[in-house]
Amino acid sequence: MKSYALFLGCTIPARQPHYEASARKALTKLGVGLVDLDNMTCCAPPPLQSIDLETSLSISAYNVCLAEEANLDVVTLCTGCYESLAMANNTLKANGKLRERVNKILSSVGKEFKGTQEVKHYLRVLVDDVGTDRLKESVSKDLTGLKVASFSGCHLLRPSALLKFDDAERPHVFDDLIEALGPKSVPYKNKLKCCGGLLRGYADDVALAIARDKIVNTTKAGVDCIITLCPFCFLTLDLGQMLIKSTFHEEYNMSVLHYTELLSLALGIQPKELALEFHKIRLDNVLNKIK
Amino acid sequence: MESEKQRKPLSPFFSEEIAHRLGGETITLCYQCGTCASSCPVAKTTDKFNPRDIIKLSLLGEKQQVLSDGAIWLCSSCYNCQERCPQKVEIADVIYALRNTAIKEGHIPNIYAEFAAGLMAEGRIVPISKFVEKKRPEYGLPTLKPAGSDAMKKILSATGFDRIKWKKEEAS
Repeated sequence: MKSYALFLGCTIPARQPHYEASARKALTKLGVGLVDLDNMTCCAPPPLQSIDLETSLSISAYNVCLAEEANLDVVTLCTGCYESLAMANNTLKANGKLRERVNKILSSVGKEFKGTQEVKHYLRVLVDDVGTDRLKESVSKDLTGLKVASFSGCHLLRPSALLKFDDAERPHVFDDLIEALGPKSVPYKNKLKCCGGLLRGYADDVALAIARDKIVNTTKAGVDCIITLCPFCFLTLDLGQMLIKSTFHEEYNMSVLHYTELLSLALGIQPKELALEFHKIRLDNVLNKIK
Repeated sequence: MESEKQRKPLSPFFSEEIAHRLGGETITLCYQCGTCASSCPVAKTTDKFNPRDIIKLSLLGEKQQVLSDGAIWLCSSCYNCQERCPQKVEIADVIYALRNTAIKEGHIPNIYAEFAAGLMAEGRIVPISKFVEKKRPEYGLPTLKPAGSDAMKKILSATGFDRIKWKKEEAS
């Protein structure tokens, strides 16, 4: 079975060990290898792209170079890391002039971007290297009693011209992977709309109003939980409900889980192995429905 | 309304300047249909942000207003507008080009100066928490590999990022 260079990024090791633990344990159980490389850095996400695109592109390319040297494709958990690294990888593979410009900068650290490897999101690895049939066969718990709202976040899908992950207006890959585990993925209003997470720190009021919409719309759909992929979406929707409570005096108690946590639970990994105490909103209602 | 005297001078070549920057290449293709604004989650929430207006003002040469009034920092980078633009204007990337230009001209929101400081110090935007790092073995997680902060510093020096004047100014 194939091995990948695991790109963790900043937020997951800093704040979300539940994401990392579930992602590692599930993929290992499914027989995909993960390699931790030395000297990776920040992926150069939108906040850095906002400061200087040439710098962000060079930093993303530097991290891809580390995987090239190890002769490994990259897998990311965070969709923000996925977007930064995949956009840089795909742009530099296609644009020789820009590649030359970036390689000039990378020569300062003795690297050269060659364009020999792929950057994949975790979900793509599940599709390509495990497959939905084997995924279904690997499920050992009954999750069919769960109704969930899938929320992939923006940067799994867009800009689709560069990422080519799924149809940006009518995506299905994420929902298929959820339903392969047993739960029903329920449609809800403005499902593909942003969570506002990237505005936190600059315009907190706007960010919180957008996050509140997501919580209201998923609550109206009558789901047991929201399933996320991006650590910022998770933070915005999970911790965000504390802020919604103090700002709008509204209490929703909508559970939020990363897909890898749902996957781990479906594969029979014990909840106590998953660092679930890092969730702000309790998960009892979800765990009680898993038989 | 501003009087003629207060009005900042127009920069007729502003859109060309942006079109020559990384990310800004497609700005002049805009024909102001408004698909971006009607697809924008932020524009639905606050009247302080409208991507169509930002492009219009840029095409009209209103450089000072675009770079300094704070609106460009309200884009949530969701790329919905870019996905739907019938003219293939890469709107979210154009906003990055405008932000890059604003930074160069000294219009730097505090939070971005903080991001930059973290990056220059540790090679990461979000610092590792000692508390979480210590607990990793409890969750069966391997020791964290060292971050490439030396490589990061060299790249930041090669692109001139570390010479940006990080004078704090809240552009709002």
